[in-house]
Amino acid sequence: MTHEILTTHDLTVRFGGHVAVDHVTCAFRTGELTAIVGPNGAGKTTYFNLISGQIPAFEGRVMLAGRDVTRASVSARCHAGVGRAFQLTNLFPDLTVLENVRLVIQSKARRGFSILSTAASQVALTERAEAVLDRVRLTAQAGQKVSALSHGNQRKLEVALLIALDPLVYMFDEPTAGMSVDEAPVVLDLIAELKAQKDRTILLVEHKMDVIRTLADRIIVLHNGALAADGAPAEVMASDVVQEAYMGRDLAELGA
Amino acid sequence: MIATLLSGDAPRSRVLSLLLLAVLVCLALAPFLFPGTRSLDTAARICVFILLVASYDLLLGYGGIVSFAHTMFFGMGAYGVALSCEYLGRSWGALAFGIGAGSVAAIAAAFLIGLFSLRVRAIFFAMITLAVASAVAVLVSQLSQITGGEDGLNYQIPRALTPAFKFMDEPVFGVRMNGKLLNYYVVLAGSLVGVLFLLRVVNSPFGRVLQAIRENDFRAEAIGYRVVQYRVAATCLSAAIAAFAGALYAIWLRYVGPSTVLSMEIMLDILLMVVIGGMGTIYGAVLGATLFVVAQNYLQELMGLAAGAFEGLPILPALLSPDRWLLWLGLLFILSVYFFPTGIVGRLRDGR
Repeated sequence: MTHEILTTHDLTVRFGGHVAVDHVTCAFRTGELTAIVGPNGAGKTTYFNLISGQIPAFEGRVMLAGRDVTRASVSARCHAGVGRAFQLTNLFPDLTVLENVRLVIQSKARRGFSILSTAASQVALTERAEAVLDRVRLTAQAGQKVSALSHGNQRKLEVALLIALDPLVYMFDEPTAGMSVDEAPVVLDLIAELKAQKDRTILLVEHKMDVIRTLADRIIVLHNGALAADGAPAEVMASDVVQEAYMGRDLAELGA
Repeated sequence: MIATLLSGDAPRSRVLSLLLLAVLVCLALAPFLFPGTRSLDTAARICVFILLVASYDLLLGYGGIVSFAHTMFFGMGAYGVALSCEYLGRSWGALAFGIGAGSVAAIAAAFLIGLFSLRVRAIFFAMITLAVASAVAVLVSQLSQITGGEDGLNYQIPRALTPAFKFMDEPVFGVRMNGKLLNYYVVLAGSLVGVLFLLRVVNSPFGRVLQAIRENDFRAEAIGYRVVQYRVAATCLSAAIAAFAGALYAIWLRYVGPSTVLSMEIMLDILLMVVIGGMGTIYGAVLGATLFVVAQNYLQELMGLAAGAFEGLPILPALLSPDRWLLWLGLLFILSVYFFPTGIVGRLRDGR
């Protein structure tokens, strides 16, 4: 078995009386792509928020590469190797496409506090940012302000920021939501490339079953915040309990 | 060469470039172009306020942080020079110590305020700065044994910077070559270097992070920037430069008092200047401060002339009476915000 890079132990969070994530214990291995499925409100995005640190855990632990990061800040976890693309596009609208990506590269290079050189003079960082834009096919838009981009291109840039960060653990939250049929493959191909690299861990929240079928090595099902199923895609899809009680038609389609 | 000085952030508009050049030339040749004590005083005030407003722009326009304590930092610089010259005697050393001490005090105050309030919400920071700035203003007027209270302080600066010092016997182009002239160029040079430094800061990697935080602090944190640290750093840097501007002002005036360097009125003026000029551009500070200080100094006079010209007509002379200058300034402000919501610089850049 390959190395377990990220694990959550009894991870729990409550909002008032509502248990949004309920004692989820799960391990994610390097080189593996795990799809996280479940109905709306099952706690998928909240589970992501707990892992990347936007929401503090009530109970339980998050371990990253053998380190307990449960109490670490969002930015500390980012540097420790958890990267996240958001479900709702979450960019820097008044800056250019290139600046958006360069900010990530600059963060990784820990150059944020240098004040005496200009950002534009950091040629090495800019070149790396341009290379990332090339991978998501946004080179032509590099000089445009993000607020002027189409929705599809904003989604691509959202993924580009994560690619630029190149974390140990990639977390994609519905990366192709709202993208057109001809735009989505660009993003899906990138995810497939990352998977083929075998040295990264990928977590993918996704509703589209055809996407899961092509990409996932493993599926975990969340229902009412709790882990309802975990296993190889065929196994999970075939499970009667999951099909009937938790996923309804969606998963039946997946099995078909 | 020029691109390096401007840190690659060109004005990006022909009209804007010409206006900036005009301001620079006018300020550089002010003693010769506009002879007289009053116009030189106006020119020096413009230099000081350009730097002060530019430092506020770093905080508000780039960092998206609203502070009401900027005059407090300005005042710390001014009082640093004043107290040091008053109590350490007339020397260059005392002057340098005053500038340093004022800046350090401003940085320390900014650090403490920032650390305690910037982790919470931005609005909380604005409230805290308002409270602290008011408290400091009261403190300065109460501690009259040390600070001179409401009357302020008159002090001696090195003789080379005063009118008594003549470094050439003959006037050049009718301008007396004295210490006051040197003093003016010290202020101008200080302001110019300060503005170029700020231009470098906002175009540095640090400046980009500030913009990112202003745009979306949530994502900035998610890509690995510790937002609080950057906000505190920006506050400290901005405070240090404001204190330096205050020190320049104190060197120019050879007098400080609560109403000249600490009042809430100045804080509002700074806000107006940065908004009129255009937030988040640094160049906006140059145009905003120049326009505003000129208007402040000459609008009354202009209106007096206009009122005289319309004498005998109904209402007009009353409306144009010099006493109504604040009304017209207010009207100008409303119109400029209405027609140029992005400030003069924003308007010029869009219209290119």
